[in-house]
Amino acid sequence: MSHVSRRKILVGALAAGALARPAIAQGAPLKIGLMLPFSGTFAGLGENIAAAFELCLAENGGKFGGRAVTIVRLDDESDPSKAPANANRLVGRDNVDALVGTVHSGVVMALVQAAREKEIPLVIPNAGNVAATRDLCSPSVFRSSFSNWQPAYGMGKVLAAKGVKKAAWVTWDYAAGKESAEGFRDGLKSGGAELTHVLTVPFPETNFQPILAQIAGLGVEAVGSFFAGGGAIQFVKDYAAAGLRDKIPLCGSGFLTEGVLKPQGAAAEGIQTALHYGDGLDNAKNKWFREAFTKATTRQADVYAVQGYDAGQILAAGLAATKGDASAIKALAAGILATKIDSPRGAFTLSASHNPIQTIWLREARNGENKVIGPAAEALADPGTGCKMAV
Amino acid sequence: MTTFLAQLLNGLQYGLLLFLIGSGLTLIFGVMGVINLAHGSLFMIGAYLAYVVAGYTGTFWLALPAAIAGGLLFGTFLEAALFRRFRDREHLDQVLLTFALILIFEEARSILIDNQFHSVAVPALLDFSVPIVGGFAYSAYRLAVLAVCLAVAALMLLFVERTNIGASIRAAAENPEMVGLLGVDARRIHMLVFAAGTALAMLAGALAAPLQSVYPGMGDGFLILSFIVVVIGGLGSIGGAFWAALLVGMVDTLGKAYVPQLAGIAVCGMMALVLLVRPAGLFARG
Repeated sequence: MSHVSRRKILVGALAAGALARPAIAQGAPLKIGLMLPFSGTFAGLGENIAAAFELCLAENGGKFGGRAVTIVRLDDESDPSKAPANANRLVGRDNVDALVGTVHSGVVMALVQAAREKEIPLVIPNAGNVAATRDLCSPSVFRSSFSNWQPAYGMGKVLAAKGVKKAAWVTWDYAAGKESAEGFRDGLKSGGAELTHVLTVPFPETNFQPILAQIAGLGVEAVGSFFAGGGAIQFVKDYAAAGLRDKIPLCGSGFLTEGVLKPQGAAAEGIQTALHYGDGLDNAKNKWFREAFTKATTRQADVYAVQGYDAGQILAAGLAATKGDASAIKALAAGILATKIDSPRGAFTLSASHNPIQTIWLREARNGENKVIGPAAEALADPGTGCKMAV
Repeated sequence: MTTFLAQLLNGLQYGLLLFLIGSGLTLIFGVMGVINLAHGSLFMIGAYLAYVVAGYTGTFWLALPAAIAGGLLFGTFLEAALFRRFRDREHLDQVLLTFALILIFEEARSILIDNQFHSVAVPALLDFSVPIVGGFAYSAYRLAVLAVCLAVAALMLLFVERTNIGASIRAAAENPEMVGLLGVDARRIHMLVFAAGTALAMLAGALAAPLQSVYPGMGDGFLILSFIVVVIGGLGSIGGAFWAALLVGMVDTLGKAYVPQLAGIAVCGMMALVLLVRPAGLFARG
C-alpha cells in the first residue's frame, strides 16, 4: 500500500513542478545551439549546414512556433575528446532550448547523451552512425540526414536488380564502414544477391594496394565501397590505376564521389553511387532551395546544405505543434512525426525511431556532376533495430 | 598465385619507400645517438612541400629536387640550431625535444597550409598503367617510385661502403669516441648525417604524395614502422635497414592482404621475435 501513496506524492510533486516551471514568456527568445565544425577538415560542411539552417529560419521570419529564435554557434572542431565539454557548454552555460549537430560520428554521441539526459530536442544534420536512431534512440533525438545503412542498402538493391550475384565491399575499418557494409549486404540480399567479401583498411590509411591486388581474384561482379573525402579521392584513382575500372565496376555509398569529383577526374567517370540527394533532382522545392542558398551564401548548395535546411524544418514542425515550447518533448515529437518534411531531396517523414524514411537516389558521375538517374530505393526506412522507444 | 606475385610487388614497393625513411633514422640514431621522433613529421613536410611546389609550378617534377635541397638545408639548420646542443643530454631530453618538434611542425602546417586532405596528381608523363599479373595493373608512377627508391638505396650503399666519408660514418656508428680520437671531425659527420637523413625523409614524402595523398599526421604510421626497421636492422646499419625495410614492407602488405585481423600486430610481433632471438638486430655486425 505504501508505494501507492508514494506514487501519489510523486505525481503531486510533478504537478507542482509543472506549475512552478516558469511559463514560457512569449517575449523571451528561443535559444538554439548549433554545434558544428567551423574549423578543420569538415569546416566547409559545418558552414553549409549552418547557413542552410539560418536560411530556413529566415524563411520563417526568424521565428519557430511563434517564438523569436537566437542562434548560438559553437565550433566542435570535429574533436571527439572535446565533445562532452562542448555539449555541456551549450546546455549548461548557454542554456540552449534545442540543439543542432553535428558532422562527425564520434562527436555526435556527446550531443545524443546530453539530449537524452536533459531532455532537450536534438536534430542531427549529418552524422550517420546507426546507434543514434537504433539502440540509443530517444524521444528527443531526431535526424535530418541518413543512417550509414541507408545509401549502401540502395546501392546493393540496384546491383541485385541488375543481375549481379556476388559483390564485395571495401571500406575503412571503423564504425561507419561496418554499418554501410551491413546496408550493402541487406540491399543485395533483398534481390537474391550475396555480399561475399568485406575488405578493410585501417582508418585513415590510404595504402590501398594490398586490397586492390586481391580484387581481381575474388570472383565478384561488382565492388561497392564507403570512403569519404581524401580517402575517396585516392581510392577511386588507385582503383582505376590498378586496371580494375573496366573489369569490375566500382560503385558505392554516395560519399565516394561527393564533393571530390574534380580531383578524381577521369577515374570517377561513370561510377554509380547511391545517396539521398544528387545533382539535377527535378522538383520545385529543390530549384527554389538551390537558388535561395546561392543567393544567401554565393556557394552552391550540396547534400550538407539540404540536411541543415531540413534540420530547421524539423525543429519548426515540432515547435509549431507546441507553440514554441521546446521542453514539451512528447508533443514536439508527435508534431514532427505527423509532418511531411518538404525537402529539396523530395518530401519525407521521420520513422518511429526518428530517422528519415526517404528515397535513396541512384546517381552516376558524369562531367563533374553526380547526375540523378532514378530512385535506388523508395521510401526506405532504417530498420531501427534495438530502438525500444514507445511512440 | 598471380595475386601473391602482385602482393610481393606491393610489399617490395612499400618496403623500398620505408627504406628511404628508415635509413635516415638509423644513421641519425646510430651516429648521433639521437632518437628523432620528428622523423615522421619530416616525411609529412616533404609531402606537403611536393603539394605546394606542384600546385605553384604546375609540374610535379620540380618537387623532387625541391624536397632534396630543402631537406639538406632544413636538416643542416635543425642540426646546428638544436640537435647539436642536445648531443650530450640524456635520451629523455632528446625525446622531449623531438616530440616538441612534432607539435611545432604540425601546428606550422596547420597555420601555413590547412588541416585538409589534399590529393597530388600523378605527373602526366607517368599517368598510365602497366598490366602486371592476373588482371592487376600497376601505375607507371608507382613503378617509377620503385626504381627511384632502388637507385637511391644503391647510391647510399655505395657511398657508405666505398668512400672515405662513408667509412667515417660507419666508424662513428660503431664507436663514436674512437672516431674522435682518430682526428675525424665528428661535428661535420653529424651535420652531414642529419642533413642527409632529413633529405631522404622529405624525398620519401614527396615521392609518396601522389600515391597516398597528403594529410595531417600522415607520417605517424611511417614513423612507427621506421623505428621497427631500425630495431630489426640493427642501429646504424644501412645494409641492415635495407633488408629490414623490405621485410617489414612484405610482412605488413601480406598481413593486410591475407590476415587483415592481425594486420595491426603482424609487424610488431615480428619485431618482438627479433628482439628475443637477436636483440642487437638481425643484420647487426658482430
